[in-house]
Amino acid sequence: MFKEKILEKGFFFVAFSSISILALIAFFIFEEGVPLIWKVGPSSFLLGERWFPSQGSFGIFPMIVGSFWVTLGALIVGVPLGVACAVFLCELTPPSVSMVLRPTIQLLAAIPSVIYGFWGLIILVPLIRNALGGPGLSVLAGSLVLGIMILPTIISISEDSLRALPRTFKEGALSLGATHWQTIWRVLLPAARSGIVASVILGMGRAIGETMAMIMILGNAVQMPRSILDSARTLTTNIGIEMGYATGDHRQALFATGVILFFIVMGLNTIALVISGRRRA
Amino acid sequence: MMISRHTSQMVAKGVIWVAAFSTLAVMIWILFQVLVEGLPLLHLNFFLDSPRQMGRTGGIFSTIIGTLALTAVAIVIATPLGVGTAVYLREYTRESRVSRIIRFGTDCLAGVPSIIFGLFGFVFFVILLRLGWSILSGGLTLATMILPTIICTAEEAVKAIPYSYREVSFALGGTRLQTVARVILPNAIPGIFTGVLLGVGRSVGETAAIILTAGSSLLIPTSLFSPARTMSVHFYILAREGISMEMAYATGAALILLILGINTLANWLLWRYFRKVGG
Repeated sequence: MFKEKILEKGFFFVAFSSISILALIAFFIFEEGVPLIWKVGPSSFLLGERWFPSQGSFGIFPMIVGSFWVTLGALIVGVPLGVACAVFLCELTPPSVSMVLRPTIQLLAAIPSVIYGFWGLIILVPLIRNALGGPGLSVLAGSLVLGIMILPTIISISEDSLRALPRTFKEGALSLGATHWQTIWRVLLPAARSGIVASVILGMGRAIGETMAMIMILGNAVQMPRSILDSARTLTTNIGIEMGYATGDHRQALFATGVILFFIVMGLNTIALVISGRRRA
Repeated sequence: MMISRHTSQMVAKGVIWVAAFSTLAVMIWILFQVLVEGLPLLHLNFFLDSPRQMGRTGGIFSTIIGTLALTAVAIVIATPLGVGTAVYLREYTRESRVSRIIRFGTDCLAGVPSIIFGLFGFVFFVILLRLGWSILSGGLTLATMILPTIICTAEEAVKAIPYSYREVSFALGGTRLQTVARVILPNAIPGIFTGVLLGVGRSVGETAAIILTAGSSLLIPTSLFSPARTMSVHFYILAREGISMEMAYATGAALILLILGINTLANWLLWRYFRKVGG
């Protein structure tokens, strides 16, 4: 009996490992990063446009703007394609075909991001440079690659929420004389809205957090991108590129960049969880 | 002019077919681009020879060792934690405030970007615990990354075991612990193994967190405290620094084959498991 009690406590403590790790991550990132934000001043850190670590100027506004544009671009590419694929898998193919396609899509989620980045670098970048001009390493290339990378997330969660709908929704619409497409567009998609929105937000979190693929194809110049053909730097790539050699205040500024990134991603995760949790309830 | 609803249905369905097939086509393009160029370069010596001249020639032996070592550390640490959490959530508690907090933490941890794990691993394992850039630092960081995957899959596996199994065990006088150890876990092993394999896949594909915690040394690691380079990191450095496109293609092809193998095995096991327990 004694052993039982001990092990029950053991399981209880183990069960808190993930939340403790999350707390440790937050603590150490904040401990390293927050002092610098106060030293520079929150507004000049967030809204400053000059990032010259050697001269002690740390403004990450260009990176925030870069992350914003690349993520927006990824959503413009990924959301319509992803939702279309989810509809395709649920409604337009026989179960035998989607049985094969679904694991394939899961597999694509497992392909390392550096492979996507590599493809962007050798295929998309020269294509954009030759067809549209500019350096090729650009917001456009980054958005396209990220849009493809978030597809598995959007497809699988949207598909789940479409499949979770009661059959009666579809039967009711069809028996009222609606065409199959009218049923999909006016009944099924609106009914699955919360799941689709959650999938988009999770995809957004994934897009904002991507690092290595973006280092390979964004060009990484610290500047405000003026067009989609300009090079850009995101919050993640700022950390990824400079962490290798940064020391002192510079290193702390990179942790501070991580603090901002952490807040954005946690905010998005929480929103997605609340939306999908409400649906479950 | 009114477009008939049957015409608009045909157009809309056509658009969806085109979208689905172009998505599939791009994904196949990405994989085949690397495989077609890389596969012909793969031969035995490429796997058994270590990189020379920064990776311009030679093979990828030391990076294979690095990948294996880092992944092994991550799995050894994360599996007991993940399975323990799953057992606690399913066998020791009902849906409660505590279990909701644990699930929320797990979901949030799953969404943390890998570069943040890298920063954390760097300041905590590399600097504070003085483990340096090493297999241990990298493996521990990876363990924290793959924990949510293992928890989720293990929980699904435990959940899928029919309730009658537990009732029989309790009816025979088994305690909760005996039920978990002798009935639940042995039956859930294939499902748990799937989660572990998915964790292996994620570890093999990871780059950002590993560069910051395990370094990128090309030497063959000799202990848990040696720095190491994994295949993904090697591929990234070859491609980004333009060291050798040929070597990058070959390494990329090996990486894709490895990931495809791991994930196919994981999916197959999962399919067999749920067919067996009828979950």
